[in-house]
Amino acid sequence: MDRILDPVAALGRLVIGLLRGTGAIALFAAEAISHLVRPPFYGRLFLKAFIEIAWFSLPVVALTAVFTGMVLALQSYTGFARFNAEGAVANVVVLSITRELGPVLAGLMVAGRIGAAFAAEIGTMRVTDQIDALSTLSTNPMKYLVAPRLLAGTLALPLLVIVADTLGVMGGWLIGTQQLGFGSGAYLKATFDFLQVADVVSGLIKAAVFGFIITLMGCWSGYRSGGGAQGVGRATTSAVVASSILILAVDYVLTAVLFSR
Amino acid sequence: MISTRQGTMSTPKIRLAGLRKSFGSKVVLDGVDLEIRPGHSMVILGGSGSGKSVTLKCILGLIPPDEGLIEIDGRDVATLSRREREEVNDRIGMLFQNGALFDSLPVWENVCFKLLAQGRISRRAARDKAAEVLAQVGLAASVGDLSPSELSGGMQKRVGLARAIAAEPDIIFFDEPTTGLDPIMGAVIDGLIVDVVKRLGATAVSITHDMASARRIGDDAAMIHKGRIIWRGEARSLGDTGNAMVDQFARGEREGPIQMELRK
Ligand SMILES: Nc1ncnc2c1ncn2[C@@H]1O[C@H](COP(=O)(O)OP(=O)(O)OP(=O)(O)O)[C@@H](O)[C@H]1O
Ligand SMILES: [Mg+2]
Repeated sequence: MDRILDPVAALGRLVIGLLRGTGAIALFAAEAISHLVRPPFYGRLFLKAFIEIAWFSLPVVALTAVFTGMVLALQSYTGFARFNAEGAVANVVVLSITRELGPVLAGLMVAGRIGAAFAAEIGTMRVTDQIDALSTLSTNPMKYLVAPRLLAGTLALPLLVIVADTLGVMGGWLIGTQQLGFGSGAYLKATFDFLQVADVVSGLIKAAVFGFIITLMGCWSGYRSGGGAQGVGRATTSAVVASSILILAVDYVLTAVLFSR
Repeated sequence: MISTRQGTMSTPKIRLAGLRKSFGSKVVLDGVDLEIRPGHSMVILGGSGSGKSVTLKCILGLIPPDEGLIEIDGRDVATLSRREREEVNDRIGMLFQNGALFDSLPVWENVCFKLLAQGRISRRAARDKAAEVLAQVGLAASVGDLSPSELSGGMQKRVGLARAIAAEPDIIFFDEPTTGLDPIMGAVIDGLIVDVVKRLGATAVSITHDMASARRIGDDAAMIHKGRIIWRGEARSLGDTGNAMVDQFARGEREGPIQMELRK
């Protein structure tokens, strides 16, 4: 009987572990958010994090977006040519980019850069007692380290996604006009005639949520790390893995909710 | 004046009673009882890994004890609200064993961090203030513009010390203030600690392995062994206390009641 129940017990442990982890992260997030509405505010630190996320992620996000737009144009052309529907290329590119690929790819790229960087930085501060030092220096570490980063991530990602959307469409346009024989005006007209505000806005909402997830997981992993350099390494890895998986899972949920009508 | 002095004399500045802390199955503090008199300097001795740093972190509220009482100025810190706890910590300065300097900030901002955080000083005035405090620990004003990663270990320790005293706290904890310093600088830092305690009327708790230093900076001394305070007395008497364990420790003798757990 015990043998048979072993997998059940293991499953139970897993579920309890997951629930406990989720609860702890939710409390952590709630505390950080509560600091955003209570002074003092660390504008300087917010700005630093914002520049780190938005400005220094621009190159990777831009490159990813351009190439994705280019590939999308090529692939959808190949597919639609079989139905004699080549004209739909511009529409497919702009819809896929704004609704889905812009936010998800920007999110994954930023998760790699920022999730890792925040986890490593805060993790190192944890294992070298710098976080403890903050609380002996009249400074709340959650307010000082976590709150500005969360806000910066939530605001920076939509901005990056606006850039990604634009460049993605440009990538498609480039291939469309240079290789697939569309006229420049016609391609752009097809793009904008078809596009709705909701497409872009839904992508930006996703981006804000992803930005929150990335910075939350980065800060959380770093904050809870222990065990020296190895512990910081583990925190870094788990921040990137967890935020990437969460981005994909939450993307599904958000898509289902935002386009349920 | 005299009566208030005596009034505060009767309540210890810090009182620990039955403090216990384990990490997993490892018992670190096993009922620590200690009283620290206001305006006095206490030195805590004990072998490596005996829980000295953990004790200080418990008093600061950085590590929650499993059991036991911590009183600061006669108030049980467990009953304080978060705001009250922060107010208590506002008056405590701490030098961490490894310095714990913020490596994202230049030295001058590290030194004046608490004053800036409390809004007691402008950023412009902070540089001058930092130079002044750095001078007290024997560092040139130009060190203020360096980043902590550009400093030697001993310099980091002195910057940590400067940061701990810059806000002129009432209670100061020094975790191994002179470890890693040359003997002359060590003596200078000891002098500084004595001076700070006198000038600010602060209560100091120092952890040290250096007996000369312990005798110089301490009024009182206590020794922790196996998670308990096994002796307390006058720092002056160290090396000749009549307690076999303390004397062995103070004289650094291999043979004695304290056996190092080494495999032969
Ligand atoms: N966060 C922690 N998690 C697990 N164990 C810990 C933690 N902090 C301290 N310990 C353990 O507690 C014991 C006491 O540590 P502590 O740092 O207080 O020693 P110490 O007396 O300051 O020694 P030293 O003189 O070497 O600094 C050590 O054995 C250490 O392994
Ligand atoms: Mg220690």
